[in-house]
Amino acid sequence: MTDQNIPLVEMKDISISFGGIHAVEKATIDLFPGEVVAVLGHNGAGKSTLIKILSGAYRRDGGDILINGEAAEIKNPRDAKKYGIETIYQTLAVADNVDAAANLYLGRELRTKWGTLDDVAMEANTREVMGRLNPNFRRFKEPVKALSGGQRQSVAIARAILFDARILIMDEPTAALGPQETAQVGDLIKQLKREGIGIFLISHDIHDVFDLADRVFVMKNGKVVGHARTQDVTKDEVLGMIILGKVPPGAVPGPGAMKVA
Amino acid sequence: MADMTHSTTPQASETTTTARPEGNPVARFFRATEIDTRMLGMIGALLIIWIGFHILTGGLFLTARNLWNLSVQTASVAVMATGMVLVIVTRNIDLSVGSILGFTGMIMGVLQAQYLPQLLGFDHPAIWAVALIGGIIVGGLIGTLHGVIIAFLSVPSFIVTLGGLLVWRGATWFVTSGQTVAPMNPSFRLMGGGAEGSIGETWSWVVGLIACLAIVAAIINARHQRKRFHFPRRPLWAEFVLAGLGFVTVIGAVMVANAYFWPINIARRYAEANGIAWPEGGLQIPHGIAIPVLMAIAVGIVMTFIATRLRFGRYVFAIGGNPEAAELAGIKTRWVTVKIFALMGVLCAIAAAISTARLNAATNAQGELDELYTIAAAVIGGTSLSGGMGTIAGAMLGALVMQSLQSGMVLLGIDTPFQRIVVGIVLVTAVWLDTVYRARAK
Repeated sequence: MTDQNIPLVEMKDISISFGGIHAVEKATIDLFPGEVVAVLGHNGAGKSTLIKILSGAYRRDGGDILINGEAAEIKNPRDAKKYGIETIYQTLAVADNVDAAANLYLGRELRTKWGTLDDVAMEANTREVMGRLNPNFRRFKEPVKALSGGQRQSVAIARAILFDARILIMDEPTAALGPQETAQVGDLIKQLKREGIGIFLISHDIHDVFDLADRVFVMKNGKVVGHARTQDVTKDEVLGMIILGKVPPGAVPGPGAMKVA
Repeated sequence: MADMTHSTTPQASETTTTARPEGNPVARFFRATEIDTRMLGMIGALLIIWIGFHILTGGLFLTARNLWNLSVQTASVAVMATGMVLVIVTRNIDLSVGSILGFTGMIMGVLQAQYLPQLLGFDHPAIWAVALIGGIIVGGLIGTLHGVIIAFLSVPSFIVTLGGLLVWRGATWFVTSGQTVAPMNPSFRLMGGGAEGSIGETWSWVVGLIACLAIVAAIINARHQRKRFHFPRRPLWAEFVLAGLGFVTVIGAVMVANAYFWPINIARRYAEANGIAWPEGGLQIPHGIAIPVLMAIAVGIVMTFIATRLRFGRYVFAIGGNPEAAELAGIKTRWVTVKIFALMGVLCAIAAAISTARLNAATNAQGELDELYTIAAAVIGGTSLSGGMGTIAGAMLGALVMQSLQSGMVLLGIDTPFQRIVVGIVLVTAVWLDTVYRARAK
């Protein structure tokens, strides 16, 4: 574990707009090692957009990203991966037509000394990682499209942890899953947390993430309403933040907080 | 073609290796050998076409001569179809291949007939190579231009290459103001086949032997790799069956090529030139495998290697499966697109070399409608227009199916308009059957 005073990730005053609409405006969030931070808000609140800036899918218009206290240049997904930022997308961004191993190593294939793909080695490592994550996973040779939602999710998660992620972003990680698989993902998050990985959980459903998270950030209309440690607030208070932008006494208000008249 | 059919087997669904003992003997056989049943269906269709035409033409189709000609006629479109697979797999299309073929063919023609003899001297031994390389560079540049417009200016490939179809056909005319360029350089002409452009009996056997050795090496290597990581292996008998099938195909192809003899007047001229006494009953000189066919097979092997063994190929298929996921995984999808179209341009130039050499002339109309035959070959060969699926060997087999249909109908004396009707119907039917097959496979 690194110094607890320096956040693993700090996004300061991040802004981005699409065609004149401020999708995210002056948003500031941070994440410490071994911490799970939930980013909550309605659909369209800007949480996914904010996090996609961190994962390199979008380029910010303004603001700074600090990784371990140092300014980071993240212009595309490759840059983000260099900083150890791995993302599991809501849409389960997997290539449907290739197998699990090809997906795990997509963009970072292992190669033999002749520069060709080392499929056998990739499959062997895949079998090992998947064995740890989801021992029931057997269908290594089939295109990912033949798999169930939970199995696809394990592929997406395995891809993220295979490369020693330090910062993991999970966008609606359990949206496509059944109850049993959701519990599995929960266990996995706790395990990764113990290993000192910082995790952002993005969700519009507070029940999915409240018990897993150490802190919550709430966004509304592109702005941060406020943030709080989950032990200091109740679910209802957080719901109030999501729906009304009303900041309870246990939380720290942000720029998007409802103005008290 | 045997080694090509083989090289796709690793792509075939291998889930079956976790040997489940149930199933009837036929299913068990396919599971053990891991033969792609889809590919097998195509070979079956091809055989039906061949035997059907053989009967209909009263024994004209399955002759050494016709099969040899068929292989040469297929070469040009087969070369382009290998590139079209990658284009279609990434959900693009290239309508300009016929026009690029025409343009690069004209460039190569002008280079070898007009500019290079002046520069290097008439009959300089390097003329053919310089002309070929020149054509390949031009083809690559045209493809790169298309790719850049598609990837970086976000113009749909359909439109860019539709424009290319018109532009390069027009540009072909401007190279010589519409004149046909002929004849080609004698060395260049070898790429078109014919008596001279074939490698003869001995070398055909050498090539056949190398192909057989390659099959054995590939099987042993695959087995070794699986052993290294304790993956399930094919049963030994299945390995022998596969090797045996490969041997039979290779040896059969070589025997057919060697059973087609030089036309009598060419043989006579050759005998006179070399001071060989004309024997009773004529001189029987086997053609052997034609050079354009060897070129096409070489292209097929290289393209299969690129598509299945290199990172580039993996990216092509990943982009086809889910462009967004590929981008998010950090793949430079735009550059991959540019490279695919550049490769397509290069392949068009190689196809142009084969076709101009065969015709012994570069004309304005060279390669007209070839884009449609190329696309049809790729699609009949199992390339899915919705992206992400397709094999090089399948596309080449598709080209062979298309050409078989055409030359069979020519042998039957069917008129060109009716030929087109048949080809069109076959294309639609083939894709429909494939759709049905895929729906069932799920």
